[in-house]
Amino acid sequence: MSEVTFHHHIEDAEFKKRVRKTTILLSVITAIELGIGLTIYTIHKGENPSHLLVLMFKGLVCILTLAKAYYIVSVFMHLGDEIRNMIMTIVVPLMLFIWFIAAFIIDGNSYKNLRNNYDRHFKESTMPRPHHAEPAAPEEPKPGKQ
Amino acid sequence: MANTATAQQTKWWSGGKSPFNLEYGKVMMWYFLMSDAFTFGAFLISYGTIRFSQNFWPDPNVVFNAFPGTGHTNLPLAFVSVMTFILIISSVTMVLAVHAGHNGDKNGVMKWLAWTIVGGLAFLGCQAWEWHHLITGEHITLIDGKLELIGQTTRHNPWGQLVDHNEMLDAIKNTPANVLAEIVHEQKHDSNLAELLKLPKDQLAGMLNTAEMHVREKGPVAFGGYFFGITGFHGFHVFSGVIINIIMLLMTRNNVFQNKGHYLMIEKAGLYWHFVDLVWVFVFLCFYLI
Repeated sequence: MSEVTFHHHIEDAEFKKRVRKTTILLSVITAIELGIGLTIYTIHKGENPSHLLVLMFKGLVCILTLAKAYYIVSVFMHLGDEIRNMIMTIVVPLMLFIWFIAAFIIDGNSYKNLRNNYDRHFKESTMPRPHHAEPAAPEEPKPGKQ
Repeated sequence: MANTATAQQTKWWSGGKSPFNLEYGKVMMWYFLMSDAFTFGAFLISYGTIRFSQNFWPDPNVVFNAFPGTGHTNLPLAFVSVMTFILIISSVTMVLAVHAGHNGDKNGVMKWLAWTIVGGLAFLGCQAWEWHHLITGEHITLIDGKLELIGQTTRHNPWGQLVDHNEMLDAIKNTPANVLAEIVHEQKHDSNLAELLKLPKDQLAGMLNTAEMHVREKGPVAFGGYFFGITGFHGFHVFSGVIINIIMLLMTRNNVFQNKGHYLMIEKAGLYWHFVDLVWVFVFLCFYLI
């Protein structure tokens, strides 16, 4: 093409090595993600699920997903081989997602907190109950309070 | 004269050179994909906003635990991992098709494009099975004090909180006989549904294996709509990607690119196909993993 000044040329052997490496990386990361998914499942099934642990695993899966996205875009879509200005016109607008995700998720969370504070029916009908709930015993009168 | 006319036509970027050292069509494909990323992003973020505004949200391992041909065996994440690997592998075959195009290898392009199309169709088949299973697979759900059998639609879904044993026993008393007959039939596959439907309610209630019954409340209404909407939008992208790849395959077979002297069109189709894989990575994260 006349408007393209120089072409990238990649040797067949080098190309095969890169594709194989990326394929293995993507597969391994996906396998790790599935492992974490199943770990979250077993934590949920347990008697006292630790919410902090589940949250940490979910954060880890998000980071692994970003790594996968990086490899797909950079190697499979060859964005990593383009010149810097081209990369920037794609990546810089995507920075909007940082605000986009944060603002909307914080908004949703705030709506939940407001409803839990001011809408008792919402809170009582939707709040998760423990899996093997004992029938709630009538509260014993505490000696100190009377 | 003819020469100057064609020379002027190819000067898409004034100066005749691309500042990005890329062909015009490819740059535009990148910008289209960026805008598409915002569309998908907006859908997924809206899903996240609703999810964060709820106290309870279904556990994906409860919803997606079926595998074709295994009946009711609990296999969380198994089928979706097959779908994910299909898409990764079809992305790899697309890379190989693009590379064959660089080398001007017509047969290589055709071979790898054909495999990519097979992968895309396999993914669509998996998705069709999954949707069918979710819509028609009915689960016992507590609705207004009685039991009902419902599947997942955009109106309701059976993925709410587990109902405790005593509450379930109360609900059985209020449940109509035909629903109880269906539940008994579901538990004992060798029973005859037509016979069961003739039995009185008390007898049916006695036949229920209540120890094995898992009853849930109705799940958040938004779950079904977001799931079908977003995976459907992604599935539509896969479908159009398969169509584009089929067109590319036919054009390659008819020597269109060989006569042009380059296979840049395959690269653009490739970008689109990789984008479909990229979006799936995030759909997989948001719906199945977290």
